[in-house]
Amino acid sequence: MAADASAPTLTARFKRPSVVSSVGLLLVFALIVLLIKELTVSPSQFFQVTLIGLTNGAVYALIALGYTLVYGILELINFAHGDVFMLGGMFTITFGTHFFNLHQGQGFAIVPIVFATLILAMLACGAINATIEFIAYRPLRSAPRLAPLITAIGVSFIIQDIGLAWKGPNYVTAPDVFPHSNVFSFKGVDYQWNHLIVVLITIPVLLALLWLVQQTRQGKAMRATAQDKDAAAIMGINVNRTISFTFLIAGCLAGAAGTLYSLWATTVRFDQGFQLGLISFTAAVFGGIGNLPGAVLGAVLIGLIQAWNEGLPWHMPGSDWTESIVFSILILILIFRPEGLLGERTPEGG
Amino acid sequence: MTDHREGTHVGTQGESPHEAVGLRNQLRERWHAQSERTRMGESLGGAIVLAIFFYFLDHALAVAVLTIAAIYWTYRLPPLPWRLVAQAVLVGVFLIFGPRSFAILLAIAYALSWIPARRRAWAIPAAVLLMAIAYPFYVDKLFTVPVFGAWPDVPTGVYMLVFVMMAVGLNIVVGYAGLLDLGYVAFYATGAYTAAWFASAQFAGQRCPKPGVSVDNCPVAAVPVHNFNFWGVGVPAGTGGIHISVWLLLLAAGIITAAFGIIIGLPTLRLRGDYLAIVTLGFGEILPQIARNGDSLFGYNVTNGPNGITPLDPPGFGHAVSNATGGVLPSNFLTCCTAKYFGHTIESADVYFWFAIILLLITVFCSFRLQFSRLGRAWIAIREDETAAAAMGIPLMRTKTWAYASGAFFGGVAGAYYAVFKSATFPGDFFFNISVFILCMVILGGMGNIWGVVVGAAFLAYLNQEGLANTGAWINANIHVGKHHPNIDVPLYSAGIYGVIIVVTMLFRPEGLIPSRRRAAELHEGVHDEPLYDTAHAGAEA
Repeated sequence: MAADASAPTLTARFKRPSVVSSVGLLLVFALIVLLIKELTVSPSQFFQVTLIGLTNGAVYALIALGYTLVYGILELINFAHGDVFMLGGMFTITFGTHFFNLHQGQGFAIVPIVFATLILAMLACGAINATIEFIAYRPLRSAPRLAPLITAIGVSFIIQDIGLAWKGPNYVTAPDVFPHSNVFSFKGVDYQWNHLIVVLITIPVLLALLWLVQQTRQGKAMRATAQDKDAAAIMGINVNRTISFTFLIAGCLAGAAGTLYSLWATTVRFDQGFQLGLISFTAAVFGGIGNLPGAVLGAVLIGLIQAWNEGLPWHMPGSDWTESIVFSILILILIFRPEGLLGERTPEGG
Repeated sequence: MTDHREGTHVGTQGESPHEAVGLRNQLRERWHAQSERTRMGESLGGAIVLAIFFYFLDHALAVAVLTIAAIYWTYRLPPLPWRLVAQAVLVGVFLIFGPRSFAILLAIAYALSWIPARRRAWAIPAAVLLMAIAYPFYVDKLFTVPVFGAWPDVPTGVYMLVFVMMAVGLNIVVGYAGLLDLGYVAFYATGAYTAAWFASAQFAGQRCPKPGVSVDNCPVAAVPVHNFNFWGVGVPAGTGGIHISVWLLLLAAGIITAAFGIIIGLPTLRLRGDYLAIVTLGFGEILPQIARNGDSLFGYNVTNGPNGITPLDPPGFGHAVSNATGGVLPSNFLTCCTAKYFGHTIESADVYFWFAIILLLITVFCSFRLQFSRLGRAWIAIREDETAAAAMGIPLMRTKTWAYASGAFFGGVAGAYYAVFKSATFPGDFFFNISVFILCMVILGGMGNIWGVVVGAAFLAYLNQEGLANTGAWINANIHVGKHHPNIDVPLYSAGIYGVIIVVTMLFRPEGLIPSRRRAAELHEGVHDEPLYDTAHAGAEA
């Protein structure tokens, strides 16, 4: 591809000097020193906050995988993805409370209900994401790179307003159904079930995705299309259908994330998706965009960093600065190591 | 060529606008295949049907539809006897029946259309400029537009001009150099806060006049510690803080913002287009957050947090200059105006409006000169093919950084002027929405074309400030099913409306309403990605 051909030459042109990477290492080292200090100040709070960070990271991982899948195949930052996640939360509230009458104190009856809501929200978000691709991105397949990117921003704003028209400008409350009892309580470190359930549901979804991309015929088609669309077309792969399928999967992940997040955090608002989406995108870049395990790793790290920043006692900037910190990480990563932690520069899934 | 089976080729847009690929081009082709007479009959008939339909909604809308059809088809008539007669008749009809102001506008537009083509390039901008300068004098007497309501008032005009300036600045970055900047609001914020810091009581500080007593226990009123006044205008006595002349600050805001653009650009401009976009977005999110949390930045109150910095000093020339020019240059914009010309008392908003026009003229002039300069041509080269441009010896980083700096400069000046006009700066003004809003102006008008950007920006800024509210009022009053009124709060959905504008423009007319010819060619040509297997196509492209 002509657009890609410039990338290696340019990176070669601006060969990063070793000074830059040592500055990056210094920053990482400073962070580690800071964390050790925190650990000595208040160990129980440190572990408590870390466990919350893992739950944060699980939700971010689901969203980040959607970004990474789409970027891997189209090299498009799908800005609308975060908003599809937001719609997933709204679907959860609608399906859960209005169809299945989900509410507090149902005991184990919530298990099939949550499961059914999860599936429905995933399907709905997948369908929406595939529709977005069909309407907004497919006609621009041959346009310059920036055209679909700009379109994606427009789509993101449209979806936000759909959410606004649907549920209004205020926070919508989801039923708080996950149990808050402790899984374990050890020397002041309490871990509650509602945090664990999010992680427990996320892991099988992630494994299923990995299986889909690495083991199935459709996954092979996705990887082939990500490598070279023309060559994949010669080999008889239906490129457009594969791309649609990728968007469907990405939307399903966003729907799952929406369900889990809305039931865990119990509030959803129309503009929440964009912020969380950007944080998750940072996670995807952090781990190496286009790289599935990288997205999960990056998401967990970002989740931990966010939780540490907001929850730790000793000289932390606090939740007012979370976005600034996350975006600073994004900028630093893009400057110092644009391929991310695990990534190679080739955008391939799997 | 027209028959791509699904999944065999990635392109659907057509390799040039002449090929009837895609629904839009096919429809256009079929329309142009008909004879002139059929087309005229069909479109006039369509207009009449539409007018009858609209008549039941709103009478004015029906008249508007007929008027537009009439204007379009009079322009198609053979020029000398018939077009002139038809135009005279049309103007006459409106002089007698309709709004007189519309007849006058129409007459001016028709007069301009008779100017020979080679002079028109100068005459039309000059006429538009004159009418803009005279706008405060006749805005009260203008007709109401159907659906959109009254013409924008003068404060809205200032708002529009400021945003046009920003859009022209962003056009340098996005339109000329092809670098997508999603954080332009950061430059706007930098300019606004520069003005706010150096022309307000923000850094006054407090101390007790009695020696040895702290501010908290002070028995008498505390007085400001710092007081620095450099040609500041309209500063009440006893207020501390830094008060530098607003005219100097506009320049300073531009320079500081440009320097900021260079600082942002140096590490990030080596990134590829979409990564650059996301990094600028990051800066556009970080900066407002610093402004929001800046009331205790390491213990100092830098930005006054969410309460913002207000009031700011008004612009003005001081008494000496004002007296020397016989009062033409006002000493203080807020308290200047008592003079009455042509039945209109000059208000301070009018003065802001005229100086905004001057600033915009400077911006547009610089933008034009840059476009065809050595630097401007280098930008275009980088936009079209970065590798080839580098091979031709264009220093990529330096050229891109200059694009950033010049775009930032105008964003900073516009931001500073707007802050001074509002006499306030709040962190809530600098959301990501504003970046996209300005980007939407550039895209709608036509990336790379100054006139397109000016028109697009003026229209969208008007929509944002007055148009959406007016349109919403019209919709709620006129569109109803039986007794059920929708009662939509249209301005609430402004972001989605810009989203629709962006998507529709990118899908159907990516070059914008008034395209730059060069940019349109690039957008329609697409990426140079030759499919290996499509030999007929490959031959046609070469």
